[in-house]
Amino acid sequence: MSAVIENHHDDHHHGPAKGITRWLYTTNHKDIGTLYLWFSFAMFLIGGAMAMVIRAELFQPGMQIVEPEFYNQMITLHGLIMIFGGVMPAFVGLANWLVPMMIGAPDMALPRMNNLSFWILPFAFFILLSSLFMEGGAPNFGWTFYAPLSTTYAPPSVTFFIFSVHIMGASSIMGAINVVVTIMNMRAPGVSLMKMPLFVWSWLITAYLLIAVMPVLAGAVTMMLMDIHFGTSFFNAAGGGDPVLFQHIFWFFGHPEVYIMILPAFGIVSHIIETFSRKQLFGYSSMVWAMLSIAILSFVVWAHHMFTVGLPLAAEIFFMWATMLIAVPTGVKVFNWVATMFRGSLTFETPMLFAIAFVVLFTIGGLSGLMLAIVPADFQYHDTYFVVAHFHYVLVPGAIFSIMAAVYYWIPKWSGNMYDERLGKLHFWLSFIGVNVTFFPQHFIGLAGMPRRYPDYALVFADWNMVSSVGAFLFGFSQLLFLFIVIKTVMGGKKATDQVWDGAKGLEWTVASPAPYHTFSTPPKVD
Amino acid sequence: MFFRLFSILQKKAFFALLFILNTPLLNADWFALNMTRGITDISNEVFELHMLIFWICVAIGVLVFSVMFYSMWAHTKKKNPVPAKFHENHKLEIAWTIIPFLILIAMAVPASKTLVKIYDDEAGDINIQVTGYQWKWQYRYLEDDVSFFSNLSTDLDEIYNLVPKGENYLQEVDEMVVIPAGKKVRFLITANDVIHSWWMPAFAIKQDAIPGFVNTAWTIVDEPGIYRGKCTELCGKNHGFMPIVVKVVEQDEYDEWVYGKKQEAIKLAELTTKEWTAEELVTRGESIYEVNCVACHQTSGEGITGIFPALAGSDIVMNNKDRNIEILMEGVQGAAMNSFSYLSEVELAAVITYTRQSWGNAEKGDGEIVVPKDIVDYKEPKI
Repeated sequence: MSAVIENHHDDHHHGPAKGITRWLYTTNHKDIGTLYLWFSFAMFLIGGAMAMVIRAELFQPGMQIVEPEFYNQMITLHGLIMIFGGVMPAFVGLANWLVPMMIGAPDMALPRMNNLSFWILPFAFFILLSSLFMEGGAPNFGWTFYAPLSTTYAPPSVTFFIFSVHIMGASSIMGAINVVVTIMNMRAPGVSLMKMPLFVWSWLITAYLLIAVMPVLAGAVTMMLMDIHFGTSFFNAAGGGDPVLFQHIFWFFGHPEVYIMILPAFGIVSHIIETFSRKQLFGYSSMVWAMLSIAILSFVVWAHHMFTVGLPLAAEIFFMWATMLIAVPTGVKVFNWVATMFRGSLTFETPMLFAIAFVVLFTIGGLSGLMLAIVPADFQYHDTYFVVAHFHYVLVPGAIFSIMAAVYYWIPKWSGNMYDERLGKLHFWLSFIGVNVTFFPQHFIGLAGMPRRYPDYALVFADWNMVSSVGAFLFGFSQLLFLFIVIKTVMGGKKATDQVWDGAKGLEWTVASPAPYHTFSTPPKVD
Repeated sequence: MFFRLFSILQKKAFFALLFILNTPLLNADWFALNMTRGITDISNEVFELHMLIFWICVAIGVLVFSVMFYSMWAHTKKKNPVPAKFHENHKLEIAWTIIPFLILIAMAVPASKTLVKIYDDEAGDINIQVTGYQWKWQYRYLEDDVSFFSNLSTDLDEIYNLVPKGENYLQEVDEMVVIPAGKKVRFLITANDVIHSWWMPAFAIKQDAIPGFVNTAWTIVDEPGIYRGKCTELCGKNHGFMPIVVKVVEQDEYDEWVYGKKQEAIKLAELTTKEWTAEELVTRGESIYEVNCVACHQTSGEGITGIFPALAGSDIVMNNKDRNIEILMEGVQGAAMNSFSYLSEVELAAVITYTRQSWGNAEKGDGEIVVPKDIVDYKEPKI
């Protein structure tokens, strides 16, 4: 497919700087990718610790460990940190590492902006987390921060929350612009759009979604800021404003946002299934069209989060049908993955295990999403644990499993060392069992009638809540094993070959392992 | 915050441990797996719809996963060392685009039909305005001029594991909504402060209660009984502690209940003109404080630093009677303190007096009490 131009000569001039300044001043896509990935891991552990507090409180009926006030702060921060600090930066980190190597570019198109977009993130989360120690406590209105609970009735720390969301938004927008510019301008000759690896395609679409919706989120929080401090009434009914307007704006951002967290996963899983099936991906072009359709549809389904706010009948029916339509392209993707595996030559290394679990569990999450689209049934499901089960199925064994799969799949290329396959498989099975024991019973709890965001519950929900908590502790503590495996691999281990996986295709496998500090300073030739 | 968490931990560790080890979970249920069938035509229809989609999803899942699992079993590198070459099949791809589309239509059509039925906005035989407050529900019977609040009646000691939990733990209220069987009851749902959501699973009604909006929902229940529901929109600290209980009774029992509620209202009006002593007001005020104020201002009157101001030692509560009344009647703009003008004159006077007489306020301040007449005077149009 391609030939690599040797570039040892360049390495001598542009090797990494030494010490802390290497990381502070770096404009190297690989360094920045690494920073993003470690940052997201740290956030994943902090957000996970909060989930442990939540599940410990819900272990039994009654208030045992925290007060309801603090419980609400935990659910709010858990959501915000996992979404904006865990999943999104992890995908940006993967994009940084992989997009230039996959399209044969020497680096990202805008390297200084790349540095900036990473280095403002720690400040955003420092501000957000510091609100825990402020008078009145951290934000306590849920990650969806519905007004007026988040405006008139919010703790004083809400202003810091708004500022921190602004910084996260700026970071995401800069990251997204960088990805678009890189992909549009820096592809090696011969890498046409329809020859791009699917991860690159998935990120191109994700980046456009980010550019489209992050400003909408910024608008929403700015209106909140005005309502709180400058006497406006955007969301205050008493002043002629409209609390439902907040939800329309929020979900116009929020729904594309959930696809921002899953599209890159589609790309990752496509590569991994193709590699370990040793067979060309089934339906490449339909994969691209499916992602495009999902992205476009994501702009016309936002009100399915709001079926109970009292929308007119016509709106309910429109949003129900539009939402159900998303099942078609999503189905196409799942069928394509299965067809890729069919009559392939399968092996089950850790990345493949995570990818297969992704397909199965993401499909379960997709099917419960289809159930949620049915408006009359949603009147019963809405804001219960059924919804919690649904979105955790698409986000944990969905987005997060895909990130773990990606780390196992590409870490030999990044570090030059193979991870410990035995430990990797152990991590997979602990995570797989943990995630299902945690979230599957939440379907039952929700259908039986337990609302979400409840610090305490009726006795009928006790059994399955306890099971769910046990699963959560198992899943949570298994992630320390992941940390151990990653550190162990970075420190040393069996040397990886350049090809790493015998079935792997793509430009990133043509460079040395570990990938040199600068790759493709001269574009590769691609037929 | 973390420090508070640890101190709470220490305090409760003993009791928590005791109960984790000793309490058999009386009503816990391994079989609470599915939505319960409703008790109205609509809720039954919703249940059928739920089961229909559920089985369709199960069928799709089984089909897709069995192909996948077969492949994982039969097409391993060992059994199938040479992978097949195919990577597209247009007929297959068109089929798996069109067929799901048709299945979706088969689900969406009955769903839309049920939805049209739910969206009937004709007036009911009985119309009840439901208002969400932090953290209780108010019910106003529009035809009968009956109005009351419904608060959680579960004891705090049960919540904090100091005594065993009762059968209806967190699902019981001090006053139930009563509706007659067989009549069309329409709920007009709104809120006074933040967004709440009024959910009654047995009727398949879930409507958000939004300040400034009135949402409607209706039901006809034929089966008398007690039905329990919950608030389903995060509304602050006690979101999990504002349940809904509806009691469905036969028509004559309903009429009797309405008559009783009207008599109560007359008695309350008489109380307004009575001469009150400070002690009487304090006794009455304490229970009102516990229901309405304690969530924010706390039993100690200390509030919660940074969000809910202390009443103990507050200058307004000690020395400024007029401002004290004004705050309760109008609320505080831009803060969590709402107007409590919906309470009766007696209740307001009693609760204000209680705060002015408690926690050493009377000794440190002017010690003045507020009588129902003061509230009546406040309500008089000011010229």
